[in-house]
Amino acid sequence: MRRTVFPNKLLPWLLLAPQLAVTLIFFYWPALQAFRQSMLKEDAFGLSTKFVGLANFRKVLADPAYLNALKVTVVFSLAVALSAMAIALFLAVQVEKIRCGKGFYRTLMIWPYAVATAIAGMLWLFLFNPGFGTLAAPMRALGFNWNPLLKGDQAMGLVIAAATWKQISYNFLFFVAGLQAIPKSLIEAAAIDGASRRHAFWTIVFPLLAPTTFFLLVVNTVYALFDTFGIIHAVTGGGPGRATETLVYKVYNDGFVNLMMGESAAQSVILMVIVIALTAIQFRFIERRVHYG
Amino acid sequence: MRYSPILIAAFALSPLAAEAKTEITWWHAMSGANNEVVEKIAADFNASQEEYEVKPVFKGTYPETLNAGIAAFRAGQAPDIMQVFDVGTGVMMAAQGAVKPVADVLTEAGYTFDKSQYLPGIVGYYSTPDGTMLSFPYNSSSPILYYNKDIFQKAGLDVDNPPKTWAEVWAAARKIKESGAAECGYTSTWLTWIHTENFAAWNNVAWGTNENGLAGTPELQIDSPLYAKHFQEIADLAKEGVFVYGGRTSEAKQNFTSGQCGILTESSGGLGDVIKSGINYGTGQLPYDETAEGAPQNTTPGGASLWVMAGKSDEVYKGVGEFFNYLSQTPVQEYLHQQSGYLPVTFAAYEATKASGFYDKNPGRETPILQMMGKPPTENSKGVRAPNLPQLRDIQNEEYEKMLDGQQTAAEALKNAQERGNAAIKEASGG
Repeated sequence: MRRTVFPNKLLPWLLLAPQLAVTLIFFYWPALQAFRQSMLKEDAFGLSTKFVGLANFRKVLADPAYLNALKVTVVFSLAVALSAMAIALFLAVQVEKIRCGKGFYRTLMIWPYAVATAIAGMLWLFLFNPGFGTLAAPMRALGFNWNPLLKGDQAMGLVIAAATWKQISYNFLFFVAGLQAIPKSLIEAAAIDGASRRHAFWTIVFPLLAPTTFFLLVVNTVYALFDTFGIIHAVTGGGPGRATETLVYKVYNDGFVNLMMGESAAQSVILMVIVIALTAIQFRFIERRVHYG
Repeated sequence: MRYSPILIAAFALSPLAAEAKTEITWWHAMSGANNEVVEKIAADFNASQEEYEVKPVFKGTYPETLNAGIAAFRAGQAPDIMQVFDVGTGVMMAAQGAVKPVADVLTEAGYTFDKSQYLPGIVGYYSTPDGTMLSFPYNSSSPILYYNKDIFQKAGLDVDNPPKTWAEVWAAARKIKESGAAECGYTSTWLTWIHTENFAAWNNVAWGTNENGLAGTPELQIDSPLYAKHFQEIADLAKEGVFVYGGRTSEAKQNFTSGQCGILTESSGGLGDVIKSGINYGTGQLPYDETAEGAPQNTTPGGASLWVMAGKSDEVYKGVGEFFNYLSQTPVQEYLHQQSGYLPVTFAAYEATKASGFYDKNPGRETPILQMMGKPPTENSKGVRAPNLPQLRDIQNEEYEKMLDGQQTAAEALKNAQERGNAAIKEASGG
């Protein structure tokens, strides 16, 4: 490969400047603020500030509610990331088989991606709220004791379903693109050799999709950890009890509802460490097994 | 161009004239019909005088408005007036140095603040233990009982006499369910505000020590026999499917307006939505426990009040004083009360509304006022206050939800809520 050489020394920096500015102002600056805040004990208005070192971290890690949120997050994120990817892959493969109206189906599949997270949450709420949900009354009529306002596992199922539904479109888009990049000749050759469709999929298509799958794994993990806040906020508000309170939701609740800034900041710092570690692990161990074409 | 000098002068002077007005920013959380009331009050005040201009700004929900105000204060950009909901009162009171007492603002503006002109149940909640009014009660409400007259008729219940005690409510609710008049007998919004905080006041039992926190940092006392009895009764009804849980705040209103439930306890401020739903409804006072001594005592206000932020110029404070004086005037209070369903703050406005025949035409509108003024408040019935009331409510809701799901008894739920709550209060008050 030939290295691109820019004759101008200033231009590259100028071109980079907007992105650098955005990153510095919206990522590094708040992150530093969070670090600072996590070492302070402060009232809501910032009238009295005391440096407490790592006391906030000790308090957070000793709090059973925090461990509960960690558990909820693991269950929720795994369920959302895995089911959103599995369903999207299944749908992408099925759509490839359609002879007539492929574009129409594809468009319909991608549609939900245009829905904002909070709106997606409201949508599911209007369908499944035990009080006014369109589908709640029929479910009760069928003898199913549907009450996610009190039953933690049902509430968890509901937010997982809503968050998954929202993300399927995105994954679908990438899987369709990934599938189209696989040379038809390989699959035809397999067919000539007498491989069944299923065998061909798992031994040829799936491994060749690995770069896409890996990319989506990283994106979906981050999505499940952070972007699902709107859905949880709209559908369950972290309840019942603390059954759907994820780490991100707890940061919000402790900081902005209960006004415990120091502990909330400590939690967000821990969360940052978790995400950095997770991404590093994914790149270090899983990416090794990914073959880029 | 004969007029040009005059025109030029007019152009030159008009911005000056505008700048001469002192601007007062007012952050609030009133949406929908209540937002129009805010806009109209501000516009009328601005038109009534030349010196000040009140600028209302909608900042989202109550918690969002409070957070926006706090963030703005930290950045040195606080608004002049901020609307803070009832549970944020403790937070604001703890922030001495961030707020200026309304009583001071009024006196400095040349008005005497005469406590006897204001409804004691409301003003008492927004005052310090020594009686200084800290914030201006803008919109106050109190919980009342709503019932569906059609469902009552179908169940064979007395349509004109809603149940008065909790025992009567439970009996009526069971009858509604058993007769098939509706699939659910009773539901309630705000188990915290209505069944925990107002329950204490209305039945004259303690919610916490130190006059429920009004005289100092409280320790919760909700792990007591009367509370345990009340919540166990609700838990039993939930098990039978007679009581249906709607959610932590006002979601249960939907269960009532949709005709799913026959009886509802909700804020008097929820009347608008009940009317809008078009159901054949009636109202009654909040039920009490007939075994409680001295019940019914009096209920306490919810809603929000206006806080004046510290560190503003004398000119601004003078304007805020003028504005609050304007807000206290009888016609303004009457308008606010009759339009929004919130309670009037002054006796004069209450009397004027009564004289106008408004309550005869709108029965139920007077109920929350009568509840609040029925008896002089005791140390259990002036309201509750804690530096971290939102957090305490969260804890209570978590425990109540586990109880309603059958995971624990009422006694266990109250014990856990009290223990966890007291630990949180200790933490929040710097212990």
